[in-house]
Amino acid sequence: MTNEALQEIIGSWFPNPKLSEVSEQAEALEEDQGEQILFNPSLLEFIEEESQFLNVLVPKEYLHELMAKLKSDDNTKFDYLFCLSGVDWGEELGVVYHLESTEHRHTIVVKVKTKDRENPILDSVWNIWRTAEFHEREVFDFFGIKFNNHPNLKRLFLTDEWEGFPLRKDYVDEINMVIK
Amino acid sequence: MNKALSITKTIHDWLFSIMPETTASIVEMILVALVYLGVFAIAGLFLVLLERRVAAWFQLRIGPNRVGFQGLLQTMADALKLVSKELTGTDKADKFLYNLAPYFVIISALMALGLIPFTKDFQAFDINIGIFFLIAISSIGVIGILLGGWASNNKFALIGAMRSGVQTISYELSVGLSLLTMILLTGSLQLSEIVEVQKSGWLIVQGHVPAIIAFMIYMIAGTAETNRAPFDMVEAESELGAGFHTEYSGMKFAYFFLAEFINMFLIAAIATTVFFGAWLSPFGITESIPWLGVFWFLAKTLVLVFLMMWFRWTFPRLRVDQLLTLEWKYLLPMNLVNIMIMALIVWQKLTIQI
Amino acid sequence: METTIVDTNFKSEEYFINMGPQHPATHGVLRLLLTIDGEIIKKVEPDLGYIHRSIEKMCERDSYQQIVHLTDRMDYLSSHINNEAVCLTVENALELEIPDRVKVVRTIIGELTRIASHCLWWGVMGMDVGALTTYFYGFRDREMINDIFEETCGARLTMNYNVPGGLMWDIHPNFVKRTKDFVAHFKTKIPEYDRLLTGNIIFQKRTKGVGILSKEDAISFGASGPVGRGSGYSCDVRKHHPYSALDKVTFNEALQTAGDTFARYQVRIQEMWESLSIIEQLIDNIPEGEHRVATNAVIKLPKGEFYQRVETARGELGVYVISTGTKNPYRLKFRSPGFSNLSLLNHISVGGKIGDLVATMATLDLVIPDIDR
Repeated sequence: MTNEALQEIIGSWFPNPKLSEVSEQAEALEEDQGEQILFNPSLLEFIEEESQFLNVLVPKEYLHELMAKLKSDDNTKFDYLFCLSGVDWGEELGVVYHLESTEHRHTIVVKVKTKDRENPILDSVWNIWRTAEFHEREVFDFFGIKFNNHPNLKRLFLTDEWEGFPLRKDYVDEINMVIK
Repeated sequence: MNKALSITKTIHDWLFSIMPETTASIVEMILVALVYLGVFAIAGLFLVLLERRVAAWFQLRIGPNRVGFQGLLQTMADALKLVSKELTGTDKADKFLYNLAPYFVIISALMALGLIPFTKDFQAFDINIGIFFLIAISSIGVIGILLGGWASNNKFALIGAMRSGVQTISYELSVGLSLLTMILLTGSLQLSEIVEVQKSGWLIVQGHVPAIIAFMIYMIAGTAETNRAPFDMVEAESELGAGFHTEYSGMKFAYFFLAEFINMFLIAAIATTVFFGAWLSPFGITESIPWLGVFWFLAKTLVLVFLMMWFRWTFPRLRVDQLLTLEWKYLLPMNLVNIMIMALIVWQKLTIQI
Repeated sequence: METTIVDTNFKSEEYFINMGPQHPATHGVLRLLLTIDGEIIKKVEPDLGYIHRSIEKMCERDSYQQIVHLTDRMDYLSSHINNEAVCLTVENALELEIPDRVKVVRTIIGELTRIASHCLWWGVMGMDVGALTTYFYGFRDREMINDIFEETCGARLTMNYNVPGGLMWDIHPNFVKRTKDFVAHFKTKIPEYDRLLTGNIIFQKRTKGVGILSKEDAISFGASGPVGRGSGYSCDVRKHHPYSALDKVTFNEALQTAGDTFARYQVRIQEMWESLSIIEQLIDNIPEGEHRVATNAVIKLPKGEFYQRVETARGELGVYVISTGTKNPYRLKFRSPGFSNLSLLNHISVGGKIGDLVATMATLDLVIPDIDR
């Protein structure tokens, strides 16, 4: 499926609650300036630049719902989660999910971010794709992001007594890190 | 063996002439025991080296060939190393049983060695219940294994010992029954009688079909008795440590280790005696030189030992439950049916006599 | 005489066993905490991190040419393919035109690496199951491939022959002839392997019906490579997202549907045949040309995110780069195949015996540095 078709289908699942206001404003602006204003009718942000795949940015409250729908809906059927990475975006912490469908063979990237660096909590997608169990433990180990409903959230690679989260950008370790 | 016979006779007469009877008998017994200890030690050393060279040959490499001519002194070097090791022991182990366990396996192996007919009149103990005695003695070896595992106070050693015990006890049945099949042909349990009967053709030829089946079952069960691959789930089970001899080191470990090789030799020797005519040459070509009996006996035994080594380095391991299934569901019924077939053949005089 | 009946609440005890980090059967420093009840396994919990070297953190500080050197210490049995993954990421991001010669040589070397890895896997598989001789036979053939690599690349384990832009230097003049000799020799050896292990009834009883993984579970657990293909899940990256010269060759994807240990074993044996066929199709017609395209000394990827997928001997390796336009990546994540394959170990071993666990782990073909990174 093409990225546009995917964007339409997925976007339609989460319509923007303020859709009517925004569309009125857009119409007003269009009449004013005479050019087409594009607005996003959905809560999700879709980005295609600077990436090979269609990126979907989802607010963290709707993460689990979106993921469940991405897997169960027959048009999308993303049943293969092949990469789950934690990222420290500087001010926010986030997780990036790469999904593929074994039936339709299309790929999509879902991103979720949280501004809370002290106590970041996201929903776990373990019950949708079993592979997330270990990957989320790794993200917790290196970034400190906690996941709700995870069966066994503890550190994976580092020892249990380790303090700090190494892959964050503000992690300082004078003994182990060699800065060039 | 006329010369040797006269040597033993002269020693016997000399001893009885210089000492009172009981002392002379005791001295004689001690001498025989020492000779057999020597045989045991040399056989053990040689067999370990043979195993390593054969394994290397299968694995496309050479094996030990530096220490001594073609590596003949390699096992001596290993034995010296083992003797110099510290005899560790666990704290809470039952000291008495822990120290006693290796002796059971060694003693049972040595006692069985005394019955083997190396050639005419060269047998330490020719009792009239020969085969029965052999099987009974090899059952004592199990006690050593179980004691060793229990007394080590180690969870994993205990599991290994239990498994080994179960395996040995199960396969003893098959060993006994397959030997029983051949006894039907000879009519006697005494080993020298068994060899006498084979002067008119080796038992495996006399018994044709059921004898061949009995031989195959005997080889399988014999390999399992000695805990060798492909039945070595017990000791090569690297997940649970080294099995029942995890906590042993130094000379005590050497006892277990040597006893395994001697047991292998014994299984092969009993097979040679019962199936292949012990020290008899094929078609009686060298009957006139009784000395050569030793050569024939050793040659046949070593072929069977080589066969057991070949098994070890080729086949994967059986899982423990598959091992026991093999014995109880396949070998045992086959054995029983085989005995009936053999009985039928003996009754109807369908044996092949050369 | 009075007899009393004593009620016992007899429950079988479960106890822990530690298959510790130093262990002959776990192929590296993996610690497994087994909860077993007699012989039956109740739970398997892996404990990782013994060889964690924070490669991803180091990549944030290193240049792209240096990152290539880090990758072949991850899955050291498919080192060429790992290097190729990072090089392809950089080349696709910079949109470099790679000469055909480079693509063909990269594919040939990748397939030779796959065969070498499977030779080692086969040897170790036999050893785990108890046939101790297979180890030597597998290594004998792997040595021949290592000798070919040593002549061309100079190394036997950590190759570093692929660089962003092409190959570090041109192939050795003997390369073609030696590879052809090896292919001819190895074609007589795989039937030998089959006679020794595959057809052996003891081996089949140890591996058939053991460690069954269904297709849905394989997809859900993210299994890739031979583990996924043994369950009928068609996941060969070489087929679905071809790279280098793989779109020019025809080969079959090795698929089995049984999902048990024996099926995964057969998939790998079949893969060896397919790799031989790929090499044969390419070895005679290596195009002439440059072996390297010039890049800047300091490589800066444009701003954006890039993902490259390759098929290593273990499964699908993914390289995910987030770049902000500087000379180091902002974030580099390696999606390693072993990590996902390990996560299904608990699922398929529960209810089986310890002997089955050893056989199953042998077919999962885990390389722990790949998992720990």
